[in-house]
Amino acid sequence: MVLVFVDHNGGQFKKATFEVVTYGKKVADLLSCECAALVLGAVDNAGILGQYGANRVINVSNDNLTNFDSQTYTSAIAQVAEKIGAKVVIVGHNSTGKSIVGRLAAKMDAAVISGAKAVPTNDNGFVVEKNVFSGKGIASYLLDTDIKIISLMGNSIQPEVTGTDASPEAMELSINPPKVRVIERKTISGIVPLPEAEMVVSAGRGMGAPDKWGIIEELAEILGATTACSRPVADTGWRPHHEHVGQTGVAIRPNLYFAIGISGAIQHLAGVSSSKVIVVINKDPEAPFFKNADYGVVGDLFEVVPALNAALKDFKANNN
Amino acid sequence: MKILVCVSKTPETTANINFTNNNTEFDTNGVSFIMNPYDEWYALVRALELTEANGGSVTIVNVGPSINDAVIKKGLAIGAKDAVRIDAEPTSALFVAKQIAAYAKSEAYDIIFTGKESIDYNGSLVGGMIAELLDLPYISYASSMELAGSTATLQREIEGGTEVVQLDTPFVVSAAKGMAEQRIPNMRGIMMAKKKPLNVATAEAAQSNEKVVEFKEVPKDRAIKMINPEDMAELVRLLHEEAKAI
Ligand SMILES: Cc1cc2nc3c(=O)[nH]c(=O)nc-3n(C[C@H](O)[C@H](O)[C@H](O)COP(=O)(O)OP(=O)(O)OC[C@H]3O[C@@H](n4cnc5c(N)ncnc54)[C@H](O)[C@@H]3O)c2cc1C
Ligand SMILES: Nc1ncnc2c1ncn2[C@@H]1O[C@H](COP(=O)(O)O)[C@@H](O)[C@H]1O
Repeated sequence: MVLVFVDHNGGQFKKATFEVVTYGKKVADLLSCECAALVLGAVDNAGILGQYGANRVINVSNDNLTNFDSQTYTSAIAQVAEKIGAKVVIVGHNSTGKSIVGRLAAKMDAAVISGAKAVPTNDNGFVVEKNVFSGKGIASYLLDTDIKIISLMGNSIQPEVTGTDASPEAMELSINPPKVRVIERKTISGIVPLPEAEMVVSAGRGMGAPDKWGIIEELAEILGATTACSRPVADTGWRPHHEHVGQTGVAIRPNLYFAIGISGAIQHLAGVSSSKVIVVINKDPEAPFFKNADYGVVGDLFEVVPALNAALKDFKANNN
Repeated sequence: MKILVCVSKTPETTANINFTNNNTEFDTNGVSFIMNPYDEWYALVRALELTEANGGSVTIVNVGPSINDAVIKKGLAIGAKDAVRIDAEPTSALFVAKQIAAYAKSEAYDIIFTGKESIDYNGSLVGGMIAELLDLPYISYASSMELAGSTATLQREIEGGTEVVQLDTPFVVSAAKGMAEQRIPNMRGIMMAKKKPLNVATAEAAQSNEKVVEFKEVPKDRAIKMINPEDMAELVRLLHEEAKAI
């Protein structure tokens, strides 16, 4: 049995949820076994996970699991894994998953790979790939124990509907009260968080000043993209810290990445080079970023970006 | 307040990453190594600030061979009181966590800090593992932390926002950007570090459950197409028709 733990945001699933279940189904197929999805806490439509390949959907309600605490969640997942005889446990490599993936491996004394980016192969042992050296290399890990733990990097596979709704089953667990008290949870609504974003518009020091960002925000809005920035831009307070992408910031892998007025330093590239399509706009034809881009525009961003925005608006008007 | 800060050694951020021995090993030839930035800039500095404000001491722990002493000494120069190096090749995250947990068990630390991840294998694993092995709470990716007595209030990064949590010591925390500002060691710190204890401990027997069997270079198959800056309609067309990105 493969067990997939899925996260939700106040009862709502995200695309990343369906990615992990789809991945779990593929691992189950590889091992010729079934896939179970585990949901902790109240959600309206847990059964939908069946569509993405979960043969069983387990929905545990327990007062001690109302708020996230890595200790109680790990205990719950490990108990379910044991009850259903799971050999592989999969979580998403998001803020919840990163807090529990190591705990789970320690608790179950299992082999672990965090941030996996491909479906395993099982020809010469159970082998899974991930990015290492902050995106500068790829490593294949051999997981060499009976029980294996995987956290899946977002945007690594597309959700696939392969089945029909499942009927959620309840399960009784014994969970200690959490030691962590959640005081406040703030999420910026209406914006796709950077790690999950399919399109990202990023700008750097070439912008010159913080009050020039209107054209960048406009481009992001036309595309429905999330905004990002280079590190010096966040460090000088031109943009909020959570927008900083790169080796020491958020690592992203969107379908489309715009780098505007960013030189393309190796530490910046490390966090963004997994993007599928990269567009670079820079006035310096020698900017290193052009060596790592699919489309390049040499020009003054204050002329190029407004022109691009106008062209995109035309395109949107003709394609809707 | 007794604080333990786990520090790892990583390649310098501009290092070229190459592989050797039939792509089974990381080629360290010509690579210089540093203290993992998250451990140095955020975990260690915040730990020092907390003891400066509340009293107490900061100990550094590293699992690694003697060549790591240079990195550990930098931590002492920044301000840690003493250090312990557990003498073993760090073969997996769980191996490292088991060593640190075994060492920390008898020392009753109030807070154990790690960085949010090491920039080489990007595991984000060791902190949670130590917490599980010691049966402690774990707060990951903390971007700020305040202490009042034995109660800590931390802000943690979540998708598209932040979460504020509270808990009592002891606990394990992994530090992300925002936690503190980088400190450059001064001459006095460097001189004082020479007299500070750097103890070497023997490793426990523990196995590694997983290993890297092959490295690959990231495919560099981007063939750039230059677009006339006067013709943004062409860029839009290519993004739609060729790249199918919009
Ligand atoms: C340990 C370490 C970790 C780091 N981690 C990160 C990280 O995670 N992320 C990160 O981004 N950086 C990181 N850096 C910093 C990195 O080395 C670079 O300094 C940084 O990425 C440069 O930012 P930038 O491209 O915005 O600025 P610059 O390098 O100053 O580039 C600005 C660019 O804008 C162009 N430009 C200027 N005016 C215009 C105009 N009018 N129109 C068009 N183009 C214009 C210029 O030609 C230039 O290429 C790190 C550095 C270190 C030492
Ligand atoms: N060999 C090591 N010795 C001491 N601490 C380590 C070691 N490896 C990792 N850590 C700590 O664990 C954190 C997370 O590392 P990782 O799980 O490898 O991403 C690092 O930021 C360090 O604080």
